Amino acid sequence: MDLKGKKVILHDMCLRDGMHAKREQISIDQMVKVATALDEAGVPYVQVTHGAGLGGNSLQHGFAPHSNEDYISTVAARMKQAKVSVLLIPGLGTMRELQSAYDCGARSVHVATHCTEADTSPQHIAFARKLGMDTTGFLMMAHLNDPAGVAQQGKLMESYGAQTVYVTDSAGYMLPGDVIARIQALRDVLRPETEIGFHGHHNLGMGIANSIAAIEAGATRIDGSVGGLGAGAGNTPLEVFAAVCERMGIDTGVDLFKLMDMAEEIIVPMMEHVVRVDRESLTLGFAGVYSTFLLHSKRAAERFGVPARDILVELGRKKMIGGQEDMIMDTAMTMARERGLLQHVAA
Amino acid sequence: MKKIRCALIGSGNIGTDLIYKIQRSPVLEPVWMVGIDPASEGLARAREMGLKTTADGVDGLLPHVLADNIQIAFDATSAYVHAENSRKLNELGVMMIDLTPAAIGPLCVPPVNLRQHADQLSSGRSQDSSAPSGGSERSERGGLGSQMNVNMISCAGQATIPIVSAVSSIQSVAYAEIVASLASKSVGPGTRANLDEFTYTTSGAIEKVGGARKGKALAIINPAEPPMIMRNTISCLTDDAPDQARITASILQMIKEVQKYVPGYRLVNGPIYEANKVQVFMEVAGLGDYLPKYAGNLDIMTAAATRTAEMFAEEILAGRITLRAVEPA
Repeated sequence: MDLKGKKVILHDMCLRDGMHAKREQISIDQMVKVATALDEAGVPYVQVTHGAGLGGNSLQHGFAPHSNEDYISTVAARMKQAKVSVLLIPGLGTMRELQSAYDCGARSVHVATHCTEADTSPQHIAFARKLGMDTTGFLMMAHLNDPAGVAQQGKLMESYGAQTVYVTDSAGYMLPGDVIARIQALRDVLRPETEIGFHGHHNLGMGIANSIAAIEAGATRIDGSVGGLGAGAGNTPLEVFAAVCERMGIDTGVDLFKLMDMAEEIIVPMMEHVVRVDRESLTLGFAGVYSTFLLHSKRAAERFGVPARDILVELGRKKMIGGQEDMIMDTAMTMARERGLLQHVAA
Repeated sequence: MKKIRCALIGSGNIGTDLIYKIQRSPVLEPVWMVGIDPASEGLARAREMGLKTTADGVDGLLPHVLADNIQIAFDATSAYVHAENSRKLNELGVMMIDLTPAAIGPLCVPPVNLRQHADQLSSGRSQDSSAPSGGSERSERGGLGSQMNVNMISCAGQATIPIVSAVSSIQSVAYAEIVASLASKSVGPGTRANLDEFTYTTSGAIEKVGGARKGKALAIINPAEPPMIMRNTISCLTDDAPDQARITASILQMIKEVQKYVPGYRLVNGPIYEANKVQVFMEVAGLGDYLPKYAGNLDIMTAAATRTAEMFAEEILAGRITLRAVEPA
C-alpha cells in the first residue's frame, strides 16, 4: 500500500516503558537528558512516569528513586515543543494522582485497562478530558480479545471521552494480520475524528512491521522508544521506525539522524542489560505474556531455582495479565515446591 | 430460639447471596428484600425464598419496620444512596451493616475488631479508635449514631486486613500493600465505574484497621476463562527485623479465625521473608451459595457482613445491647 504523505504522530516510551528495563531506576538527570534530546529531535510526545504509571511506586512494581511528580515537573519545564504524557492504570493510579501529574505539567495521558475491562476507566477518562488533556484509551494485551471485542471496548472508551484508542501489544505476541484486523475493526466503529494508535513490543522482532501494518489499517499514532528501551525485548525501536517511515514517505516530522545519535550516545550507555530478543523475551512473545514480567521472572528464577522460561510459560498458561506481578513469585514458589526445592509452611 | 429480623437492601448478587447466609444463621432471619425494579430477578427470587419484597426502595420498607420488628438492615446498594438509607433506618432504631464503600460508620473486619464494636455499642461509649494497635487515629463521628452503622470496607479489605493485623499485632508495620486479583465476572458495574473509591477505602482501612502506618491497595480484574479464584497478596514492611517465628504463627492463627466464617480462605504460599518484608499469598474460594465459588471476593463480603450482624444479634438477644432510634440531626 502506498503510504506516501501520511502523517503519523510519534510517542516515545523510553522514560516510562524504559523504566521497566531499568528496574525503575532512572535518575532525574537521565530523564532530563533523554527528554531534551527527544524534544530537540522533534518527537511530539514524551511519556514520563514510573513503568507502571501513576501510583506505580509499590512493592509490587518497584520503587523509583523519585516521585512521578518530581520527574514530570522537572522534564515538563524543559520541553520546547514536546508534550509530556503519563500512564494511568485504574486500580493502581487514581484521579488524585492524575490531577497532581497535570499540575506538574503533564498534558497527555494513556488511560490503560486490560483489553476486556474498558469499563473500569470511565472516571479517569472523563476526568482527563475535564482537565483538557490529550486523552487516550489504551487497551493492553490486545491479543487476548478478538477484533470485534477490541472494537467494542474501544467504543466504550470513546464514549467516556477518549480522543484516541490504542491497540496495545503488551506481550509482543501479535503478527501484522492480528494488528490489521483489530485496527480495522476499531476504524469501522469509532467516529472519524477519533484517532487510533498502536503500541508494540519487539519480542518477536515484529515492532516495525506491526507498526507499519497499523498505519496501513488506519492508525495515526505510534508508540516506540529510542534504542528500544522498554519492557521485554523493548518497544518498537523509534529511530528504526523513523527510518522506515522516511523511506516510505510517511511524515513523522522527526529528525532521523538526531534520533540515531541519541540511541547510540544516550540510550545504549544507559542500559543495564542489552535490551534484545533473548531466550526469555522471546518466550514472552511466543507465549503471549506481559512484557514487564521479564525481569521479575528472572529474579524469581534466581531465588527459587526454577528456570525463568518455565515460569513465563506457566504464567501464560494461567492467563495472568499486566499488574499481576505478585503471581510471578507465587507461581515460582508453587513450581519450586512441586519440584522439591521448597518446603510449604503447614497451615 | 428467637432470631433478630433483618432487611436486605439491594436485590443484586450480593443481596441474593446474603439471603442464603442469613437463612442459615441461628440468630438472624431475613424478612424483607428491598429493590428498585419490580421486574428484577433478585426480587422474584427473594419472594420465592419466602421474603417480603418492595420495589420502592427504602421508602417502601419504612412503614413496615416497626410492625415487622426489623432490627438489622444490610445495605448492598451504592455509596451514593447509602447515607440516606442509613439515616432513615437509624431513625427507626434499625442498625445498619454497610456493604458499600460509603464508609460513614466505623470500619469492621470481624476477626480484627468486631468484638470491640460490639463492646462499645453495649457500653454506649463513643468510639475513639478502631485500630487495634499502632495505627493512625481515626476521626470517626462519635456517639451511638456512628455505631448504629458499621462498614464492611471492601472485598479486598476483608480478605487482606486480617493478615496485616496479624503482623502488626506482633511488631510495628511501616507499610502494608495488598494486591487483589478478581475474576472479571465477579466484579459488578458499580465497582467498575468507581474503582478509585475502592482504592481509597481499602488503602485507608489497611491503616485504620490493619494497623499499618501507611497502606496501599491495588486491584486487578482478570477475565480468564474458567474464571480465576480470588487471589490476594499481602506484603508488610516491619520497622525492625521481623520475628519470623512469631509472625508466621500469628498469621496461621488469623487464617484459622477467618476460616470460621469463610472456609475457602486458604494460604497458597508464604509467609516468606526478605529483609524487613513479609509476604503472604492467599486464595479465597466462596461457598458457592448463590455466587459461584470463584467469586470469593463477594462471598467474603457477605460472610463477614453476616458474621458482624450475628455478633450484634447475639448481644441484642442477650440483652446487652438495646438499639435506640437515632435522633434526626
